[in-house]
Amino acid sequence: MELHRFPGGIHPEEHKKESSSRPIHAAFVPKKLVVPMRQHIGQPAKPIVRVGDHVLKGQMIAEADGYVSVALHAPSSGIVTEIGLASVPHPSGLPDLCITIATDGRDEWCERTPVDWRNTDPAALRGHVRDFGIAGLGGAVFPTSIKLDPAGGPAIHTLILNGGECEPWITCDDRLMRERAEDILEGARIMQHLIGAEKLIAGIEDNKPEAIAAMRTAAQKIGVAIKVIAMPTIYPGGGGKQITKTLTGLDTPSGGRTTDVGVQVFNVGTSYALSRALNHGEPLVSRIVTVTGHVLRPQNYEVLIGTPMSELLLHAGEREGLTGIIMGGPMMGFDVPAMDVPVVKASNCVLAKSKELFPPRPPEMPCIRCTQCVPVCPAELQPQQLYWFARAKDLGRAQEYHLFDCIECGCCSYVCPSHIPLVDYYRFAKSEIWAREKEKRLADTARERHEFRLFRLEREKKEKAERLAAKAATKKAEAPVLSKEEQDAKKKLIQEALARAQARKATVTPKNTDNLPPEKQAEIAEIEARRAKIREIANQPVEPEKP
Amino acid sequence: MLAAILVMAGIAVVLGAVLGFAALKYKVEGDPMVEKIDAILPQTQCGQCGYPGCRPYAEAIAKGEADINQCPPGGEEGVKKLAELLGVEPKPLDETHGVTKPKSVAFIDENLCIGCTLCIQACPVDAILGAAKQMHTVIASECTGCELCVAPCPVDCISMVPLKEDLASWKWKYPVFELKQVA
Repeated sequence: MELHRFPGGIHPEEHKKESSSRPIHAAFVPKKLVVPMRQHIGQPAKPIVRVGDHVLKGQMIAEADGYVSVALHAPSSGIVTEIGLASVPHPSGLPDLCITIATDGRDEWCERTPVDWRNTDPAALRGHVRDFGIAGLGGAVFPTSIKLDPAGGPAIHTLILNGGECEPWITCDDRLMRERAEDILEGARIMQHLIGAEKLIAGIEDNKPEAIAAMRTAAQKIGVAIKVIAMPTIYPGGGGKQITKTLTGLDTPSGGRTTDVGVQVFNVGTSYALSRALNHGEPLVSRIVTVTGHVLRPQNYEVLIGTPMSELLLHAGEREGLTGIIMGGPMMGFDVPAMDVPVVKASNCVLAKSKELFPPRPPEMPCIRCTQCVPVCPAELQPQQLYWFARAKDLGRAQEYHLFDCIECGCCSYVCPSHIPLVDYYRFAKSEIWAREKEKRLADTARERHEFRLFRLEREKKEKAERLAAKAATKKAEAPVLSKEEQDAKKKLIQEALARAQARKATVTPKNTDNLPPEKQAEIAEIEARRAKIREIANQPVEPEKP
Repeated sequence: MLAAILVMAGIAVVLGAVLGFAALKYKVEGDPMVEKIDAILPQTQCGQCGYPGCRPYAEAIAKGEADINQCPPGGEEGVKKLAELLGVEPKPLDETHGVTKPKSVAFIDENLCIGCTLCIQACPVDAILGAAKQMHTVIASECTGCELCVAPCPVDCISMVPLKEDLASWKWKYPVFELKQVA
């Protein structure tokens, strides 16, 4: 098969030998497991257990919340001791919602029910995949159930199993392929069943000959029609778009995905997890993690999700002079905020740092426009221009130069003679653009709501006026119609009643004037006289004053 | 001579008719400038600019009645964008209209709320839920942080809570590196 060369790329020191020679260490059960709710892209999972609940290994403890989400399961049996904020492996160092389980050491499984995937409706099957907590284990942790949904997109003709593992130091996929190739291929079978791709290719970099051999042997043994291809070792050859180019020669359009050219890419770890879930009924509760760098025994471990990284380091033999932990590789990974953050679905590697292995980055020097970053960029961007715009916060121009095609592989920063942390600038620019778009959406909603409120107030005012008018009209309409005589009779009655009332008033004398001393009587008489006079004056017609 | 005058007059009449027709046919509804200004304003609807909402302020700017630096929620950046749009020099925010504060949302202490509905009537975006003599609550996702509900509350049970950064709203920071004193 003809291989194609993707643009750019570099050859960093591999450092794979350290951890690839030893077999995968079996899972151990730590005293405490901290399971973050936000381990995948999309909506965080929603806890469905309470503090004090006893949970079994593999029991669902949080359900998928919406379409872009997956469920989470207890990685071991024990008691839920806390549901609250705890530190998680994230570059921000901010805490997030986690379920903490105190393990009982028995590691007792709940009932495991395999799914007969060949005879299950595809939509229901994808629901199972989501409820088994399967998300991409290559690093992006995108819910696998969505990637397995062929509807709404162009037809997929090629399914690629990604065993590139191009980042230095990391060997978890290498060991997984060497030791558990059959399950990986069983998983690929399920994927092919759901997506309906004709071609199945596994791409593995040629620095992993044992893995290539193991995959080929397993494919023959279980009878899966797959091409296992050895690819040249170039970083970032394991990127989705890069491996697609290498194996199929197809270029992913700017701003698009590999599915736009009919190719879907899955990490081998994801395929393995899918097979374990559907064929064996085991949800995603553990993953293979490379523990390497500044440790005594670099090795791959099967690690329960939620295991504190510090405990993992103890197992691998912690050494003097540890300066921190990188989650992921040295190119795309990030420093975790604390040693005891848990291993999550995205943790393919726990890389212990020391001053010798990872000296602090030299201070940033000015960009000299040497453009060494341009030929290494696998996305064919102009990193020096993007840097310029991101630095000046000219986000619009950065987008014009296809900032969002950047895969943050770090090749440009790696070759930069001025040691500029270029990717940090791109990440800053990207998240700033996202934040502004979000703000814009919120402002638009607010405008809409305000306009609707004004409309509503106006409408209510109008409705009230109409209601009052209608009420007045009905009152008038309901009044009985009287003839002339009836009206006259009514008027007469009123007149008579008025006359009676006046007559009664005239006869009544105030009672409080009896038994008064004579001087008071005189005073009252005087006042009455004055009143009478005034009344008389008031009754006289007013004569115009003469000059 | 007469022919020339007639020809010119004829052309003038024809062109006038064309222009008149175009003016009717391609009439622009509303003032497009107001729309552009309104798109920049933060839609807080707080009235700190002295106008009853963002759109009236946008209209006032378009007419030249209001200055561009009267919107504290928009901040310096908003002023800059308006200046760019209108082709004028940006100027510092007019502090008589208030200062830029971190984005907050209103919070009703439900133990104190008496259900008077005054805040509901004050809210410009209908983000407060409740009815007479019933508990009120703020729909945080719709609240613009305008503070208009705070003053009318007779029992002072509304407070403005600044939004905290969490994993969903976190942003990568502008790269900086430490300067070390060497001598």
